[in-house]
Amino acid sequence: MTSINQLIGISLAYVAFLFAIAFFAERSAARGRGGWMRSPLVYTLSLSIYCTAWTFYGAVGYAARSGMEFVTIYLGPSLVMLGWWWVLRKLVRIGRAQRATSIADLISARYGKSNLLAIVVTVMAVIGVTPYIALQLQSVTLSLTVFSGPEGVRDPLNQASAAFWVAVGLALFTVLFGTRNLNANERHSGVVMAIAVESVVKLVALIAVGVFVVWGVAGGYGPMLERIDASPIGEWQMDRSRWVALTALSAAAFLCLPRMFQVLVVENENERHLQIASWAFPIYLMLMSLFVVPIAVVGLDLMPAGSNPDLFVLTIPLSQGQSGLATLSFLGGFSSATSMVIVATLALSTMVSNHVVMPVWLTTQGEGAQVSGDVRNVVIFARRASILLILGLGYLYYRVSGGGAALAAIGLISFVGVAQFLPALLGGLFWRAATHWGAVAGLVTGFAVWLYASFLPSFGPDAALSASVLADGPWGIGWLRPRALFGIEGVDPTVHAVIWSLTLNTTMFIAVSLLSFPSPLERLQGAQFVNVFEHSTQPREWNAALAASEDLMIMTQRILGAPEAQTLFRAEARRQGLSGHLPEPTQGFLQTLERELAGSVGAATAHAMISQLVGGASVSVQDLMAVADESAQILEYSNQIEAKSQELARTAGQLREANEKLTALSVQKDAFLSQISHELRTPMTSIRSFSEILRDTDGLGQVEKTKYASIIHGEAIRLTRLLDDLLDLSVLENGQVSLNLETGRLEDILEQAVVTARAGSAGQLDIQRERTNETQVLTTDLDRLSQVFINLVTNAGKYCDAQAPRLRIDVEADDVGMRVVFRDNGTQIPLGARALIFEKFARLNDKEGSGAGLGLAICREIMTRLGGDISYHPEPTGNAFVVHLPRDVALAAQ
Amino acid sequence: MGKHVLLVEDETNIIEAIRFLLSREGWQVDTHSDGATAVDTIRAMRPDLVVLDYMLPGKSGMDILKELRADQEFAKLPILMLTARGQSRDRAEAERAGVSRFMTKPFSNTEVMTAVRDLVQLAQ
Repeated sequence: MTSINQLIGISLAYVAFLFAIAFFAERSAARGRGGWMRSPLVYTLSLSIYCTAWTFYGAVGYAARSGMEFVTIYLGPSLVMLGWWWVLRKLVRIGRAQRATSIADLISARYGKSNLLAIVVTVMAVIGVTPYIALQLQSVTLSLTVFSGPEGVRDPLNQASAAFWVAVGLALFTVLFGTRNLNANERHSGVVMAIAVESVVKLVALIAVGVFVVWGVAGGYGPMLERIDASPIGEWQMDRSRWVALTALSAAAFLCLPRMFQVLVVENENERHLQIASWAFPIYLMLMSLFVVPIAVVGLDLMPAGSNPDLFVLTIPLSQGQSGLATLSFLGGFSSATSMVIVATLALSTMVSNHVVMPVWLTTQGEGAQVSGDVRNVVIFARRASILLILGLGYLYYRVSGGGAALAAIGLISFVGVAQFLPALLGGLFWRAATHWGAVAGLVTGFAVWLYASFLPSFGPDAALSASVLADGPWGIGWLRPRALFGIEGVDPTVHAVIWSLTLNTTMFIAVSLLSFPSPLERLQGAQFVNVFEHSTQPREWNAALAASEDLMIMTQRILGAPEAQTLFRAEARRQGLSGHLPEPTQGFLQTLERELAGSVGAATAHAMISQLVGGASVSVQDLMAVADESAQILEYSNQIEAKSQELARTAGQLREANEKLTALSVQKDAFLSQISHELRTPMTSIRSFSEILRDTDGLGQVEKTKYASIIHGEAIRLTRLLDDLLDLSVLENGQVSLNLETGRLEDILEQAVVTARAGSAGQLDIQRERTNETQVLTTDLDRLSQVFINLVTNAGKYCDAQAPRLRIDVEADDVGMRVVFRDNGTQIPLGARALIFEKFARLNDKEGSGAGLGLAICREIMTRLGGDISYHPEPTGNAFVVHLPRDVALAAQ
Repeated sequence: MGKHVLLVEDETNIIEAIRFLLSREGWQVDTHSDGATAVDTIRAMRPDLVVLDYMLPGKSGMDILKELRADQEFAKLPILMLTARGQSRDRAEAERAGVSRFMTKPFSNTEVMTAVRDLVQLAQ
């Protein structure tokens, strides 16, 4: 007999073998090789995780206890598979189209992508599957104990620790292979390959035991049939209600179990695989069930009374001294248990981390978390923690439930639990009026009934529910007894739980759905789910003959731009051996074109556009919805771009402004330089020309000589004055001027200015002053102030065009100081020129004797330096220049 | 045939100098100092040569040049342009506009007279 240590060694070696398979499968998948791994065969075999340790060991036990009824467990899934085109095809199509990662994801997607629903389904799935995982732990532990010695001397502590280590080992495997890499599609080629291999192992093991039993023990086919006939198992005593309920239940569980969803939908590579699996998987199930009855019959005959029929698969070979066969059988059971646990935990951990952990984490992290790089690590951590949690729960259930119940009974509890998803799932697939709240109500009701009528009582009296509650109902209310709800008694507990939970579930689902209104997103998703086949997402073939290359070209140009479109078309034309730029619209080219366009406008839009032109395919509702979807995305994208471009426009505006300022400055500088050049070169021209005339001309008269010499002299003075002014202005503008502060009387300063100006060009001017007002004493740069006054008087003398030019100088006090006002009686300065008069080189006309246009500019600079200012005011009968002096200048000397 | 020149210039002293130089060589010298009416005067006088200052009150010499060149009748009229602005851009612009000769102030008398002689020769 194989010792327990050898067995553990073999188990470890087997697990290592699975590791290797998973590892190599994943590696070749990553390298793009191993197309055979994505074959329908692997898909079919991977579905066999439906056959867990429960089916491997429990089916025989079931048969030994209840006869042919075990067939229902195989019948349900077989019916589902054979009727694949009705539900499964739709489920797979939708699952792929919606990129559902789990059944929770799918249900929540159908009902408006509700996270509440996802959480409800996740919690239900975790609780519902926990007994199932416990079942696997129990079966592995039980099978181990068979090898450890005769029953009765088994140490329960040892069992517990064995179960513990099995759980740890499975957790390790799942963590290693389930969370190694995160794909968007949640596919795990390594794990799928490993479970496909395991399914072969368990089938081979069970058939080997069966063959041994029939031909090795019973003595062949004929004697075996006789034995069966003689056995009570062979009688077909059908309890109709149980048969119907159990077949329906197993069919429901096949659709609703998270692990089945994982292999059926999530890991599905190709919809056609489903078609093949639809007959191949029932054959697999048939093979699995082929020898169940013979083993059970022989076991009952052979084994001592009271031995556990769940373990006949192991104990029969052992009792016959076939330890090799027993070991193979053990591996078969081990395979069944491990594959189920691995995929189930994988599926559940995806749900837990996607729908519970991540949303919570993201809300607690705030906005920044979604863009930071550590989400990936958080996801992986969440997955791993979920795996440990789920296996921990399984182990806990195993310990709490005492590990005593028959395997089949525990399995059925799980089945009833997950079957609660069925109304929401099927309703979602076939009934557009189904709503989110209907789904929530149905799920919660069904789950509550299941908890109360099936799950909690499974722990036994006084564990979760007290014995009195079980017997008499809570608070003695008879019709609330968990096993006899609403007074219906005498029904099998499983049937009872199935009927009540699913009936109430469905009723609530329908009632609340009818009473509530779907959100727009729900409506949309509902249409996408229910009418999935009307809008096929499969690549469709184009009716190429109908497409006009020219139309395609025009459209492509609009989308890709002319140069790219032409390059594309010309390259294709060349490939087809055609001259010119219009290729034949072949099938291949249309698909290339669709891909190219999809890159710019999105797949659905591209498809719709080409189908419009090709005319062969109509634009379906889903196409339109997808177009709308894409348009929304594009709109959002273009909004972002618009925001960006607005920002750019702002920046461009600022740049333009800056540039305009610079240009204006540059124009100013240019104008300034041109002006200076002009002002300097003009007198120099006269000087040069006349000096050359004087030098080169013989026989000039004395009068002419004198005239020309005085022109030269005058222009030289003009030049000097100009240079003085320029230097003055430059010094003033640069702030390099140092003020020479002195104290003097206003009257004296004005007097000096008037005298100086009269000596110049203001000789004709009639100047009027009120000397009694000019008594102020000032402390300022008196020379500079005088310069301003001289300038103003001189200007009046030069430019006042009145018949009798007159200038009136008034001194007035004002609220912030005092003003000296120079009023003349000349023509007003034109409105447009007023703003310019204080600018450099601003001259109103080129009247003879006018200066370079620097005088008032200098005055303004001086007044600024002195802390005052100068301004121009038109008067009814002339012009006024106002020199304003701040109070402190005036007060300083008082 | 008396040679007739119109001097469009607003600086009295420069008018005086150029008048002296040209009349000494037998030119009949007329002067005009307002930019705005210069073109009309030229149309009326139909001189053999125009000496044109760049900076004029009313209208710049450059605009006058362009206006004249736009008229078929004055397309070939010899125009000597003088400027005190000293911007090389102006020379390029004037040449594009079809100036006959462009000269920057201060000029030498010989330079001006040589240019005038050249222009007369070319025109004949």
